Amino acid sequence: MDLVQTEIPEGFTRSAGGGHTEEYYLNMGPQHPSTHGVLRLMVRLDGETVKEIVPHIGYIHRSIEKMAESQSLIQNIHLTDRLDYLSCHMTNLGLCLAIEQGADVGVPERAEYIRIIVCELQRIQSHLLWWGCFAMDLGALTAFLYGFDEREKITDLFEELCGARLTMNYFRPGGCVSDLPNEFIPRILKICEHMKTTLDEYDNLVSKNMIIRERTQGVGILSKERALSHGCTGPVARASGINYDVRKDEPYGIYNRFDFDVPLGATGDCYDRYTVRIEEMRQSIRILEQACKDLPDGDFRSKEKPNYKIPKDEHSFSSVETARGNFSTYVVSDGGKTPYRIKYRSPNFSHIGAINDMASGYKLADLVTVLATLDPVIPDIDR
Amino acid sequence: MAKIIPRPQLSLLEQLYFVEVFKGMALTIKHAVRSLAKPETIPVLNYPEVQPELPAEHRSEHRLMKRADGTSRCVACYMCQTACPARCITIVAEESPDGDIEKRPATFDIDWLLCVFCGLCVEACPCDAIRMDTGKAILVEDSRDAFIANKDRLMDWSPADYPAEDIISQEAPGGLLNEQALAAMQGGMFSAGDVADVADKETC
Ligand code: SF4
Ligand code: SF4
Repeated sequence: MDLVQTEIPEGFTRSAGGGHTEEYYLNMGPQHPSTHGVLRLMVRLDGETVKEIVPHIGYIHRSIEKMAESQSLIQNIHLTDRLDYLSCHMTNLGLCLAIEQGADVGVPERAEYIRIIVCELQRIQSHLLWWGCFAMDLGALTAFLYGFDEREKITDLFEELCGARLTMNYFRPGGCVSDLPNEFIPRILKICEHMKTTLDEYDNLVSKNMIIRERTQGVGILSKERALSHGCTGPVARASGINYDVRKDEPYGIYNRFDFDVPLGATGDCYDRYTVRIEEMRQSIRILEQACKDLPDGDFRSKEKPNYKIPKDEHSFSSVETARGNFSTYVVSDGGKTPYRIKYRSPNFSHIGAINDMASGYKLADLVTVLATLDPVIPDIDR
Repeated sequence: MAKIIPRPQLSLLEQLYFVEVFKGMALTIKHAVRSLAKPETIPVLNYPEVQPELPAEHRSEHRLMKRADGTSRCVACYMCQTACPARCITIVAEESPDGDIEKRPATFDIDWLLCVFCGLCVEACPCDAIRMDTGKAILVEDSRDAFIANKDRLMDWSPADYPAEDIISQEAPGGLLNEQALAAMQGGMFSAGDVADVADKETC
């Protein structure tokens, strides 16, 4: 039997055979610990050097956009929980903003502040989980537990706030489901105070480690041009030096009232993506402190409508910054109770497309690092 | 404002690797000592021997609230069934013997295998007749049919399991406020009662 495969598998630019007999294909996933979900990467390898990567997605496609067409707008909010489950408050907010725009719903001042507080808490929570998984992918299991330890405090807050730890379903057009529980703000401030010191401690634990530095610095470089052409957003784009943050550039809610910095990286390697996220957590703490200080009294939701309908042929669009980047929602209405079409633009989909640019030319072990710093959430890609 | 994060070089000592590794070890030991000295600070449970304490807001199994006389508060208005995104609530209405109320549910089924625990039914109910605060978050059954909770199962709860401040639960038979609520109900199902809170809540 001829062992040299001459036919080029789908997606690859070149076959592994034909004079390059040392090259071969390797399947990473769909069940692989480093892919954090069901993602299959087909890799063309030369020895241990990655030559080309073709990601295969769709293993957990649940047709959420199609399902959206048969659910009313309010019923759709719980579906957005299941996109990027680590930033589900932000994805909820994305849909709520679009409904508010289309159905002309106002939001009370207090609700705006609650939204900011909850979203920034979620950003910290998501980045903490990422920090733990990143360290674990590089072989440091202890850090994984520390990250989850801190994250747990925020998850407990969410559980009291909205009754669930993962599928929050908390925002509604015109505000939120419920008001903040008692003692919520002091507890957030306590977490912020605690995070400030522990974050430095944990950052030093990872970033002062020579092994982690060697494995991340100069690895998985994504140039500014390539990041732009792939449509990368969020920490991945910012690590490549693109100064784009939806919260700053197209502020939604009341983000323009807060003072915070957008951290940028200089080279776009894995280490930059690490530092950008750590710095983002610090900035989120800053926003939280400002928001908790100014939180006004008042209603947590504007007067409820029995039915949220977007007028016929009206299109509404919103962008929010999730922990991973620009998440946009586009709602087309035919005037009925259910939307005609909802399209979500998820940041992870763009990021996974850039993986070939990032990881080819490096070793196979570096592919794991690149994946870890991309922080993909697979249900958000597949939808 | 955008700011480029500087990348300081590691000092020679830090580059030695061992110093930093021992510092990391010190952090690990600090955590280990903390968890030995103050076990209550670690967010770890001896699950399943120790069950987590769920806050009252936690969305768990549903229950149907009861009136002081033990009947269901539900008026079979179908609001929850309409709001449910998973379409897992099935209600069959019948005429209520009480003159003040039009309907009551003959059957009320929730299929917990379809339910996504979103809480929209609780939000939609105008009578506070359905709640998700039982704290039973683990569903184990041995057949698919057993996951379909009927009205009896949904109403099988005891006021003793709920806090004394939870007025509506305490009005149910066996509850702390049951006698007062029954007395308040004498002149008709929902006439204003002696218990101010009862009158407050009895809007259905
Ligand atoms: S929690 Fe959601 S899915 Fe479950 S019965 Fe209520 S509305 Fe339906
Ligand atoms: S919304 Fe409340 S009162 Fe109406 S049918 Fe459902 S449980 Fe009964």
